[in-house]
Amino acid sequence: MTYDERLQHVSVLGAAGKMGSGILLLTALEMADVSLKPENKGKPYALNAIDVSNEALAGLMNYLRAQVMKAAEKKMVQLRMVYAERADLIENSEITNAYVNYVLSLVRPVTRLENAYDSFLVFEAIKEDPALKVSIFRKINENNTNQPWFFTNTSSIPIGELDEQAELGGRVVGFHFYNPPAIQKLVELIKSKNTLTEVETFALAFAKNLKKTVVPSHDVAGFIGNGHFMRDLLYGVKLAEGLQPGKSFAESIYMVNKVTQDFLVRPMGIFQLIDYVGLDVCSYILSVMYSNLASENLNCPLLDELIALGVKGGQYSDGSQKDGFLKYEKGKVVAIFDKTSQSYVDIAGVQTGCDASLGALPAGTPLWKNAVRAKDKEALFAPYFQALKSLNTPGASLALDFAMNTKAIGQKLVTDGVAFNENDVNTVLLTGFFHAYGPINNYL
Amino acid sequence: MVAGYNTISMGTGRKEFNPKKERPGLEHYLKEAGQATLQMIGGAQNVDECVMGNFIASRFNGQANMAAFFPFIDEGLRFKPAIRVEGACATGALALVSGVRSILAETAEVVLVIGVEVQNTVKAIYGADYLAAAGWAKNRKDGHAYFFPGQFSDRAGAYYERFGRDKTRQAFARWFRNAIENARLCPTAQEHHNTTGDLEALAMMEPNGKSFVDNLNVFDCSKVSDGASSIAIVSEEGLKRIGIPKSEAIEIIGWGQAAEDITLPPSDLCELTTVKNAAAKAFKSAGITHEQLATAEVHDCFTIAGILSTEALGFAKQGEGPDFVLAGETSRTGRIPMNTTGGLIGWGHPTGATGVHMAVTILEQLTGKAGANQIEIKPERPYGLTVNMGGDDKTLVAIVYKRGE
Repeated sequence: MTYDERLQHVSVLGAAGKMGSGILLLTALEMADVSLKPENKGKPYALNAIDVSNEALAGLMNYLRAQVMKAAEKKMVQLRMVYAERADLIENSEITNAYVNYVLSLVRPVTRLENAYDSFLVFEAIKEDPALKVSIFRKINENNTNQPWFFTNTSSIPIGELDEQAELGGRVVGFHFYNPPAIQKLVELIKSKNTLTEVETFALAFAKNLKKTVVPSHDVAGFIGNGHFMRDLLYGVKLAEGLQPGKSFAESIYMVNKVTQDFLVRPMGIFQLIDYVGLDVCSYILSVMYSNLASENLNCPLLDELIALGVKGGQYSDGSQKDGFLKYEKGKVVAIFDKTSQSYVDIAGVQTGCDASLGALPAGTPLWKNAVRAKDKEALFAPYFQALKSLNTPGASLALDFAMNTKAIGQKLVTDGVAFNENDVNTVLLTGFFHAYGPINNYL
Repeated sequence: MVAGYNTISMGTGRKEFNPKKERPGLEHYLKEAGQATLQMIGGAQNVDECVMGNFIASRFNGQANMAAFFPFIDEGLRFKPAIRVEGACATGALALVSGVRSILAETAEVVLVIGVEVQNTVKAIYGADYLAAAGWAKNRKDGHAYFFPGQFSDRAGAYYERFGRDKTRQAFARWFRNAIENARLCPTAQEHHNTTGDLEALAMMEPNGKSFVDNLNVFDCSKVSDGASSIAIVSEEGLKRIGIPKSEAIEIIGWGQAAEDITLPPSDLCELTTVKNAAAKAFKSAGITHEQLATAEVHDCFTIAGILSTEALGFAKQGEGPDFVLAGETSRTGRIPMNTTGGLIGWGHPTGATGVHMAVTILEQLTGKAGANQIEIKPERPYGLTVNMGGDDKTLVAIVYKRGE
């Protein structure tokens, strides 16, 4: 079966979710490009958008329409060539409409898993629950006579475990997009020891056509991305708890978040990032990793405590941030959760005192939005970390402490045989997490 | 001509421009420009006729019958004769010429001329469809997604091939730099807020045919603009009526008009043949040569059109326009300062208004009212020139002016 044939019948599971919708969009665009090739004219192409929620599927179709329109506008030069023979399509607006209608005509929004029984390829982006994934894979595999391939978006579950338990015979690969899939360039590619070569070959070709940067990871729970993030998370929590004898819970969260954002020139502080991913999702990932890597304590009681209080983070369907450790208004942090009173305290009451305790940022601290685009990172960050070292303030010490740990986490991913090399770790943090510099560096 | 006025050229580049927010429409720009000129000439009662220049509001704004906006600008214009003219990007100058003809025909002593366009109502990729109407509609299907950039990219490609790519691209970059530097001096210019350090380095960005066109980058292109320009065309008797001395006016010494077959491709991609024809007629009609010009406003819808204009006007031989520009001869201190408020690339290109804006710039320069943009006007070279082009060298108007005496 060729690449083009494989894409003739595809299903995306969890298609209306945060990750699934992006995967669906990218797959729909790729299928459209393939099916519009002259040699594929007249062949049927179908993409099942499978999700449990009808309501979410309606929202998905609106999202899809808007995004495909943008994609059409961006590649109008190519589309005019694709539609060169269509004498009725003259203006760009007519070509956009034709293309949007065509792409949407490939997509079938459905709520029944049975639709995947005809597919050659199944993308999975459901809840990070190993048992659920296994049971769904098994069900599709048993009822589908096409020997379908499974591309799972899991960010933590070992692929070999899914393969064995669902009895997929090596027809499964980890194809881990970053959020949001339509924008983030990174895909972590995880083969199990049984993954078939042709599955990997297809995955690489697919990623290339989607213009993604592929970083391979060994099949160890958490892989590179969450392997790093979850340990960063645990260390952030540890640092916050270390501040608590003298500081309130909310103050400690504010301080560590500020240090990990402003002092370390990251796009988000560690607690904002946890909110962005979702406390419940983080907790799931930690439990998956912990069950696979029992020798390391990957428990985070604080997360479970907060989840029990209904503090979960994550995003609304319009992409806006739900409240978690922090409370947001129009994307800005306005308050911080206080565990004792179980309510949010206004940032104004926390900020001034905490900023004074931390001490000022070094003069000329780079702004993340500029630093992320800077060409010579070393010229920017080597002197910055030197300045940080010379400060001798609590803020600078916390920042250096966290930076040393984040570097050690990265190095351990290589020595533990998760990442192939240090460069891959840095690539994941740079492209998947939009960091301005890699965690493994010589700046410290 | 007297009482010139330009609104801001609104669009990307202006700090106050936000594509996501609601913006002023045609009505706003027409009122601002029209009322400003009316105030300078003593009010609407002094106007005999009105001419509106607008290219394609029918598509950008769903609006036709534009002449009927004059009474909206000022109630005093109610029931006065008004007409709207169109000739793609040469619309503004056609509006001027239409007014001039009324003066010559003695049906009017004072003609109010306004050019207007509001183009930021749709994304550029769809605006390209509307603007493509300046070419032959039957060529649209085979044309580029960005139709006109595609046309002029072909001209640039042919020019690279015949006269060398590197030097030509450097000359484009210099043209861009001159445009932005002039625009920075002009508060109404779209690029007035531009703070880029090395403009020429920026403009040397390699063209990318996959996302845009093969031989030009975005800095080689004029702006997508909203704006209006207005001016009054007045006979000697009219000047007396409105009480403005001749020295505050510019006189039209001569002009040349020309149209070329819209269905034909350019006879020579490396020459603006119709520009050359219209300019020659203008010089002949004025009884001058290009040597006597103090300044010229040329139609730099793309940098390549700017370079080709230096050749079509006689300042450089074919193939030597890039040298002329790179030698600094078109800069504000050069032999012939061109587009002293930034031209279509720096000031902006609200298509139907552009021809009028050119005349307003010449009026300001020749009467010493160009403010920070003022260049030196030497007595031995007292003339100004505007060249306004519609489509790819299809509809042309060239006008020669001199300060009133």
